[in-house]
Amino acid sequence: MNGRPYAIMAEFDTAAGILHAAEKVHAEGFGNWDVFTPFPVHGMDRAMGLKNSKVGWFSFIGGVTGYTTGMLMIWYMNAVNYPIVIGGKPMFSPFSAFPPSYELTILFGSFGALLGMLFLNRLPRLHHPLLKNKRFALATHDRYYIVIETNDPKYSESATRKLLESLGSKHIEFVEE
Amino acid sequence: MAEMSSAATLTREPLTIAPPPVELEREPLVANGHGVGWLSDTIAGVAEGTPPRWWTICFVISATMMTVCFCCILYLMSTGVGVWGLGHPVMWGYAIVNFVWWIGIGHAGTLISAILFLLRQKWRTSINRAAEAMTIFAVMCAGIFPLIHIGRIWLGWWLFPIPNSNSIWPQFRSPLMWDVFAVSTYFTVSVLFWYMGLIPDLAVMRDRAKTKIRKFGYGLFALGWRGSNRHWSNYEKAYLILAGLSTPLVLSVHSIVSLDFSVSQLPGWHTTIFPPYFVAGAVYSGFGMVLTLLVPLRRMLHLEDIITVRHVELMCKVTLLTGSIVGYAYAMEFFIAWYSGNPYEKYQFLCTRAADPFIIGPLLGVKAAPYWWAYWTMVLCNVVVPQLFWFKWWRTNMLAVFVLSILVNIGMWFERFVIVVLSLHREFIPSNWGYYSPTWVDICQYLGTFGLFFTFFLLFLRYIPLIAIAEVKGVTPQADPHHPLGGAKIGGGHH
Repeated sequence: MNGRPYAIMAEFDTAAGILHAAEKVHAEGFGNWDVFTPFPVHGMDRAMGLKNSKVGWFSFIGGVTGYTTGMLMIWYMNAVNYPIVIGGKPMFSPFSAFPPSYELTILFGSFGALLGMLFLNRLPRLHHPLLKNKRFALATHDRYYIVIETNDPKYSESATRKLLESLGSKHIEFVEE
Repeated sequence: MAEMSSAATLTREPLTIAPPPVELEREPLVANGHGVGWLSDTIAGVAEGTPPRWWTICFVISATMMTVCFCCILYLMSTGVGVWGLGHPVMWGYAIVNFVWWIGIGHAGTLISAILFLLRQKWRTSINRAAEAMTIFAVMCAGIFPLIHIGRIWLGWWLFPIPNSNSIWPQFRSPLMWDVFAVSTYFTVSVLFWYMGLIPDLAVMRDRAKTKIRKFGYGLFALGWRGSNRHWSNYEKAYLILAGLSTPLVLSVHSIVSLDFSVSQLPGWHTTIFPPYFVAGAVYSGFGMVLTLLVPLRRMLHLEDIITVRHVELMCKVTLLTGSIVGYAYAMEFFIAWYSGNPYEKYQFLCTRAADPFIIGPLLGVKAAPYWWAYWTMVLCNVVVPQLFWFKWWRTNMLAVFVLSILVNIGMWFERFVIVVLSLHREFIPSNWGYYSPTWVDICQYLGTFGLFFTFFLLFLRYIPLIAIAEVKGVTPQADPHHPLGGAKIGGGHH
């Protein structure tokens, strides 16, 4: 291995094992670390000390944009740019404009949720040191990993390894950059 | 878990909780106690290796039927809508019947993925992926019909608010225009929701891939998903929001489809009960189709431990519920026809629909209208058939469920036929009456959409995990950090 590795990676076999380990790593005050699981483990956000996700804001802004776009678009098209009388109905009414605007609210709100999630997660990212690690492929199968990056101020090669061993990890390895 | 730090400092007797009584115990969602690794292997295994023989045979048949569908469209485009059986007064025939039918089928997917998610129905995880795929393909089939029935298909883009050389805009005061927005939004959001659910599973496929092409293909669409908990945190929130947005969406789509009819003045269409009645019917037919697809698939793909009998039973119960709502709506239509005192309404419901040549017709003293059999096929399949699901034998016998689910689909097709054709063929004045019969193009076009649907569905089975792997893993006891199978120590001082 040339130079400093990217991170130290510890493998766990059970959901309970990784949850307890994450609680301890969080209590130790690490910052640049993460937990990798094949499915979201309940209680992990709290164990890691994560705050509520901000995805909701992206979706909210998307929804407001959608509704405003719908209403303004219909008003401009049917009442301003080319008004045509149809069945004596008003050129613009918020009631007949509501269904398309409602659909656009949902459409833009959904794009906001998906794209907001990808943005907050910095995805897509097709190259990552962890994706090059052979053992790490089990993270989508049935294993659970704690990964502590070597650039974390609290990281020390021997002490961090000892900590992870004491938490019950049976397989610990360094991840190349 | 919550008061972990304080609990750790306290020394107390381990809490013992008596196990629940046997009759309250639920069957597990994944049978035989399989673990999370087994789930990856089994579900992903379906999309790996060489396809089974039945897959190849079905694919060839479906692709042929799909070709028939496209040939019919080509013939229609080159010759004109006269190749269909439409004619005054029945100007909406098979095209709209099929459109409403297919889009109704689509509703089960979103209901399972969104509404059952919000209601915390964990059993949805075994069936949501396939049901969402079914939704997307059904909406594709549905979308073909309004597009080709406009006559001059090359002007279909006028439906969208795109500046054109006539500098004229779409007319947003018409429900038909609302429908364009509802259906296109529904398709787009269904695809988004489906794709987001797929991201972690595509990562599973990527990490299992043996060949370079598969590694690249799955890797590209998995977007570099690593299963990070910081990612899961945002992901779960986004999933919740999408479920929250899809719920009003799914309720609005078929409501707006029903407004295409109910905003008009025609007896049989001009009905305020239509929006909820259409939504219930849509969910009913959608669950019918999910059962038609999954009951044979669970057997052929050996997925009985993941899509268990309990799952099938629960789906049957939803079918029973929505089928009963539909039956109530039919009864209410008759009540309103009588209560309104409107002779045209009464004529439409009593004489055109209900009067048969044997019992009700002679009782009322009227001659049966030509389509009375369509109405009674609908009642038999939509009102009588689902009532069998009150009985456990019918819910747990897979062959029975399969047969009934097909009857459900037939019944719902006839419901749309009754609404569209029966209302149109005998309206206000007898000089305006007519008879509608489909041509071979109508029929081949309809059968052809099955080819389109199954071609896509079979490709889906082949290349994409048909069950949401990460979600099913999440509902197993092995995934619960407070369950002994999840590694929790019994009586350990965790709580």
